[in-house]
Amino acid sequence: MLIKRPADIPSSEITDKKVYLNRRDFIRGAAGTAIAAGGIVGAARWLNAQQPAVHGKKLVTTKSPLSTSETPNTWEHITTYNNYYEFGTDKGEPAIYARAFKAPEPWTVTIEGECAKKGPMNLEDVLKGVTLEDRIYRHRCVEAWSMVIPWVGFSLGDFIKKLEPTSKAKFVEFTTLYDPRRMPGQIQPVLNWPYVEGLRLDEAMHPLSILVVGLYGEVLPNQNGAPLRLVVPWKYGFKGGKAITKIRLLEKQPVNTWQRTAPNEYGFYANVNPTVDHPRWSQAKERRLPSLFQNYKTEMFNGYGAQVASLYTGMDLRKNF
Amino acid sequence: MNPNQIVRWGLKPAVFLASLVPFVWLVWSVYTGNVGADPLQEITNETGIWALRFLCITLLVTPLRRLSGWNPLIRFRRMLGLFAFFYGTMHLLVFVVFDRLAGMGFPSPFALRTYRELAVSIGGEILKRPYITVGFTAWVCMLLLASTSTTGMIRRMGARRWQALHRLVYVAAVAGVVHYWWSVKADVSRPQTYALIVAALLGVRVWWLLRKRVVAPARTASA
Repeated sequence: MLIKRPADIPSSEITDKKVYLNRRDFIRGAAGTAIAAGGIVGAARWLNAQQPAVHGKKLVTTKSPLSTSETPNTWEHITTYNNYYEFGTDKGEPAIYARAFKAPEPWTVTIEGECAKKGPMNLEDVLKGVTLEDRIYRHRCVEAWSMVIPWVGFSLGDFIKKLEPTSKAKFVEFTTLYDPRRMPGQIQPVLNWPYVEGLRLDEAMHPLSILVVGLYGEVLPNQNGAPLRLVVPWKYGFKGGKAITKIRLLEKQPVNTWQRTAPNEYGFYANVNPTVDHPRWSQAKERRLPSLFQNYKTEMFNGYGAQVASLYTGMDLRKNF
Repeated sequence: MNPNQIVRWGLKPAVFLASLVPFVWLVWSVYTGNVGADPLQEITNETGIWALRFLCITLLVTPLRRLSGWNPLIRFRRMLGLFAFFYGTMHLLVFVVFDRLAGMGFPSPFALRTYRELAVSIGGEILKRPYITVGFTAWVCMLLLASTSTTGMIRRMGARRWQALHRLVYVAAVAGVVHYWWSVKADVSRPQTYALIVAALLGVRVWWLLRKRVVAPARTASA
């Protein structure tokens, strides 16, 4: 039987030698360029990230009995390892992208809601008459690492009293600056900008809760939340809103950013609690940086239980995580 | 030197050494204390991301070979795949040693109990946390591929069965991306990039497969 076979490939389908050689060159060239570019960007970022914040102006401070006697982490570690998504989601990025940050002058904090003293307030007025204290606090991140940080701040409670809250005020809400030109991380909708955090009024009035303007006795570096941030040492670090531009006194509980983002993983209270795991990891232990190991047992309320446990009597902390 | 020798004694050793650079760099950074405030996170991220990168590079070999027509590229594939396994194994070991063993307080390595408890502890995490479940799946796939990667194994298994088994590399790549995606807190932009790369690498294979199916019957019909 005769089987007629067609010609394998019509000559019109054969790629011209010049074309395929070109194509090879192009692929080689493109691959080479991509690798070189990647290498340069990577190296530049790595070198950059190694730089800690430049030192700021010295502040006049007094010591506080509320400080821990534990050894603080170094300036370098505290200023190069930051969760501050407004300046990038990598912990090394805020040190790079916050370097050029210039806070709008004058910095205003807008006061709203259930209080007598409403309206915009210059940072200068916020700081009028306050005593700046060195508050060396343990800082426990929800990601199971911790540091000891020598903040400089003043009592949030004293500040709120000056605002003369009404009887309806039950919660306080803090809003971070929204300004994508100054905060490049906000260009991407990684979180629902601006970043919002909140406290129950009695938590905010607690002597341990502070508004922070400094670190290591100096003006607060940008990557740590300059010019004004919140620190609540018995809660996970994300509760401490940075670059605060608005404080609202509310009757109803506000929804904080992380709770809005992942309500099954982050709650409103976010008290440090070794018995309630994050859905993806255990909270029983922590790495006191720069340790490689989980070398500390996490303590209830980050070790501040004696002072704050009474705020939560009768509450199911498993539900109110 | 003929082209064959250039590949064997020039290019392959060069690629081998280049593939070790991330590892040497990491060891050097840890040794000199240049890993920032959180060395463990740095080591975990770097080993994990390089495992995924090598999986992508390995999957790039065949498309690149077809596009460029430069067949000796195939001779790099096994080595690149083994490097994916190497970095993946480092990533897993970091978890086992620094997370699990450290969590147990580094018990005696000479007691049988240690290994039983370690296995329970690792197994527990794998079952409990979905992102670890898929990550471990990716590693098991790579383990199967690495352990059957020798020429002897190809011969023993037969090319057809060997190739069928080695399609698991697709599972490993997809599981690797899912593991990365599920492990980040909010910013999925980087996992997204890898998802796109893996999708493109698998997509081009599907496209070629479909085209072959369409073209092949057409030719027989004309015969």
